[in-house]
Amino acid sequence: MKTMLRRALLAGVAAMLPAFAQAATEVRIMWYSDGNEGEVARDLLNRFEAANPDVKVILDQVPYKMIMETLPQLVSSGQAPDMARVTDLGGQADQYLDIGPLVKDRAYWEKNFATTLPWLRPAGNTTGVFGLMTGITTTMPIVNEALFQQAGIPLPGPKATWQEWATAAKAVAQKTGVPIPIAIDRSGHRVAGPAISMGAKFFDGDKPALVDDGLKTMTKLIYDWHRDGTMSKQIWGSVGGTSYRGANEEFANGQVVLYFSGVWQFPQFAKTIGDGFDWHGVPNPCGPAACSGMPGGAALVGYKSSKHPAEVARVMDYLASEPVHEEYLARTLFLSSHAGIAAKGVAYKADSPQLKKSLAAAQANLLALSPVAFRLQGYLRNRIMFNALIVRLNQAIAGEMTLDEAWTRMTQDVDDGMKAAGVKP
Amino acid sequence: MIRFLTRRRGGARSDWTDWFCWVYLLLGVLVMFGPVVWLVLSSFKTQSALQEFPPGLWPMGQKQVQVAGVDRPLPVFALPRADGTTQERAMLRRVGLEGQFIDPADPDRKVERARLANVTPVRELHFAFENYIEPLRQFNFSRYLGNSLFVTVIATAITLLINAMCAFALSKYEFRGRNGIFLFIISTLMIPITVVLVPAFLVVTGLGLGNSLWGVILPPAATPTGVFLLRQYMLTIPDELMDAARMDYASEWRLFWRIILPLAAPALAVLAIFSVVWRWNDFLWPLVVLNRQEVFTLQLGLAAFQGELQTQWHYLLAMTVVTLLPVTLVFAFLQKYITTGIASSGMK
Amino acid sequence: MRGAVARCVDWPFEALQRVLGAARMPYVFVAPNLLVFGIFVAAPMILNVWYALTGGTALMPADRPYVGGANFAELLDCADHFAINTCKQDRFWRSVVNTGWFVTFQVIALVLISLITALVLNRRMPWRGFFRAVFFYPVLLSPVVVALIWKWILQPDGLFNALIVANGGIRVPFLLDPSWSFIWTVVVSVWAHMGFYTLILLAGLQAIPKDLYEAAEMDGTPHARVFWRITLPLLMPNMLVVLVLGLIRAVQSFDEIYVLTGGGPGTATQYIVQYIYETAFANQTHILGLAAAASMLVGGVLLVLTLMQLGASAWAKR
Repeated sequence: MKTMLRRALLAGVAAMLPAFAQAATEVRIMWYSDGNEGEVARDLLNRFEAANPDVKVILDQVPYKMIMETLPQLVSSGQAPDMARVTDLGGQADQYLDIGPLVKDRAYWEKNFATTLPWLRPAGNTTGVFGLMTGITTTMPIVNEALFQQAGIPLPGPKATWQEWATAAKAVAQKTGVPIPIAIDRSGHRVAGPAISMGAKFFDGDKPALVDDGLKTMTKLIYDWHRDGTMSKQIWGSVGGTSYRGANEEFANGQVVLYFSGVWQFPQFAKTIGDGFDWHGVPNPCGPAACSGMPGGAALVGYKSSKHPAEVARVMDYLASEPVHEEYLARTLFLSSHAGIAAKGVAYKADSPQLKKSLAAAQANLLALSPVAFRLQGYLRNRIMFNALIVRLNQAIAGEMTLDEAWTRMTQDVDDGMKAAGVKP
Repeated sequence: MIRFLTRRRGGARSDWTDWFCWVYLLLGVLVMFGPVVWLVLSSFKTQSALQEFPPGLWPMGQKQVQVAGVDRPLPVFALPRADGTTQERAMLRRVGLEGQFIDPADPDRKVERARLANVTPVRELHFAFENYIEPLRQFNFSRYLGNSLFVTVIATAITLLINAMCAFALSKYEFRGRNGIFLFIISTLMIPITVVLVPAFLVVTGLGLGNSLWGVILPPAATPTGVFLLRQYMLTIPDELMDAARMDYASEWRLFWRIILPLAAPALAVLAIFSVVWRWNDFLWPLVVLNRQEVFTLQLGLAAFQGELQTQWHYLLAMTVVTLLPVTLVFAFLQKYITTGIASSGMK
Repeated sequence: MRGAVARCVDWPFEALQRVLGAARMPYVFVAPNLLVFGIFVAAPMILNVWYALTGGTALMPADRPYVGGANFAELLDCADHFAINTCKQDRFWRSVVNTGWFVTFQVIALVLISLITALVLNRRMPWRGFFRAVFFYPVLLSPVVVALIWKWILQPDGLFNALIVANGGIRVPFLLDPSWSFIWTVVVSVWAHMGFYTLILLAGLQAIPKDLYEAAEMDGTPHARVFWRITLPLLMPNMLVVLVLGLIRAVQSFDEIYVLTGGGPGTATQYIVQYIYETAFANQTHILGLAAAASMLVGGVLLVLTLMQLGASAWAKR
């Protein structure tokens, strides 16, 4: 009895000890994952906590829906978490925390993240440092090489145009009997890259201008492809509104010859296709103006309302440091927005030959992106343009309106959206 | 069972209602339950198996064999032979459209080449238990479970009580404002909840209930559906019962608690089932109110598998099955109460 | 023990009754529900009205400029009300028309199937609990899972097409053809929700005294007469619940349909709540004013329909 009492007393004292130790500052990050990013981030942050016992980082793993719907409300009502991983970079940029004055070495940030820092700046700000891209992505085509081999048709070369790819893919599909020669994700962001290759400028001076000759060329191509069978109605035709529809399942099942999507598909394909057939990413097809895709990626940002801005900056510094950032990219298989790492090339933890080949092609594609693409991705209101593009184009393809009407409606949708957002005409 | 199958209404003659019911039940199991069975089986499939077309019923994986000298297990294929039979061989590597196959039993490791198009993978039943283990390991499952249990139990108790009280008043009394209140309660069902989420968020966080489990318990407790359902049911309880009871019990509350509530047991059981299901499965409202993982409910915590561009279906399905189990138990227990009828003999 | 608990709860109410009198007790009973209701349901609704009358993209009500009926005007602005393409908010009108068709078919199917199922499940038979669970199960599934299951069944390489092809037919594009996908949204919606209404009717069936049925059986009354004369009239109060709730929920159908078809192909299966959701959340600028205005129009129509239903039932009782 006495020993029990003694043990209980000791346990009670031990339980109280942490309370007497210095209370750690809590930094909360709202994080979503498309794959293993959450796991990797947690691992890296554990090491940060070990090295910095006065900071405790809580990584709330949330569904993407929360980032898209709840987070904006939290931010607007002043209840935002300290940091969050967001995809709508421009939407609430005026609420981001400028960590420029708080980081250890501002010059390091400005030198290495020069291309992506502008993406996170609110309107009118040209100098602030607002966060870190958690790896960037580029859109690019992925081909089922086995089908080309089966059909006996050679893969088009690095400078091949969209038309050449379309002809080749259609021929391969015909010979091998697969239903989908070309599949493009149903997303305005995806269509934008090829449109830029065709000469679309997306801007008229400072103002957004969605519909121009380049865009018309590309949208007409996609429209025609749906009519002659180069693109199957199975993908775009199966959803409506602004819904996203990828074709990764169809590709993994060997039903697609050329799948225009992006880098983020590689880890998933490595798992689901495995060694089933040869596939890899290829250079972006060309148009008269460029051979470009679109960059993308989620960013880790801090919020003004945070009560611990100094700690936020420390966490950011840690994650942006070269060894840590490189390890993150190597494990999550994202591309680098860090100029230094991109120049050296990331030592990806990829053992399959398909992955290695694809990631190499991806890094090359990243360097070949058009400046228009970077500008568009960094534009605060780009989602208005992407939504208008995809909704109306799909309606034209579904036969609900003609292509001309769709173009008119696109311009109107963008005008309406800009007006509602308070952008002066 | 045989007695059921051969029982007929009205004696020896078979009645069309018996046959109809029998067929209907069979169809019901196939149409309603079949997909659920498929769901459970699919939760054991690997990520690649889930994406296959056409989708198979059983969780299958390709047979793999460990061969001495090779560090990873090799997939097994069936190679056709001239006499129409097939032999099983392990694929050492694949080069383009061809595979290099060896016989695991052959000590010489003679390599045989064959085109992939001509061989078929040998598949066997493969239950991917890691679909269940991985998420439970990664996430603080017991915490989420505890939160969900707390919310479900407390919310159901509160819902049953206040809805029953309200329905009792609306059905058994004539008082000023009765119809107005009833209509007001029903009319709130009319506005789609998606839009009301934003103002509701402002109210809840304004009251300091943000990131609190009570913020998830209280707001949905006064369900219009519950009040409507109970009121309609209580309308069928004869008023004479109440008048007779008033002579025995002095207070209205005792009348409610001792007479009306037990008589409304079937409707209460139904509402309890609904409430448990709604609270347990609730996703939209916790998504808005709860942003810190310590207070996440099960549905919210497990939804972390839904990213922007990918959803990890194999984990999602496994966790769906896990969350189905408690609700099933509750349903099995409560549905027994939907059998007592009001015996008119209670009047005598 | 139970008695002790009951006595604890009894005395506050009895005390209240002594103070207020029996006639005022209904207000006491209604009070807790109305309180929770008022704070968490009614207040947001009123805020929603404010959103409908204001413009801009700010979330906080105080930051939104008052615009009066401008949102409503924009929704209803049409050169020719019968040609949808001339409307300013053409997607709003498209979804309204789609919803009208959807609700008509879905509610009829739902009520019929729920009624038949409740009647069947009311019989005394072995494993009755199991069969009840079977019909109720789909209600327990989340909309994402419901849509996933049906996608597997309906997609070009799904279960149905696999069976069709195995029997020598050609593939049917169930989810890619506007008419087919419409039909399937009705089917999936009924599949996912009928358990809910079946249970309500099942509870209602318990309230019908058994001796009425016994008397009818002894008289040898045919089934149809038993149904029309005994079952249906006594089931009417609960039937009303099913009709009212069914209609309201049908108009507000969103979750599983959104995941199943996303409103496609084109806008063939886009219904009103999807329009509201996309306007409020999916666009980069959360056009909350327009979404709130649309929701109020929907609410208004539903209110009228519900009042008509309640009035009809009161009139029929006479």
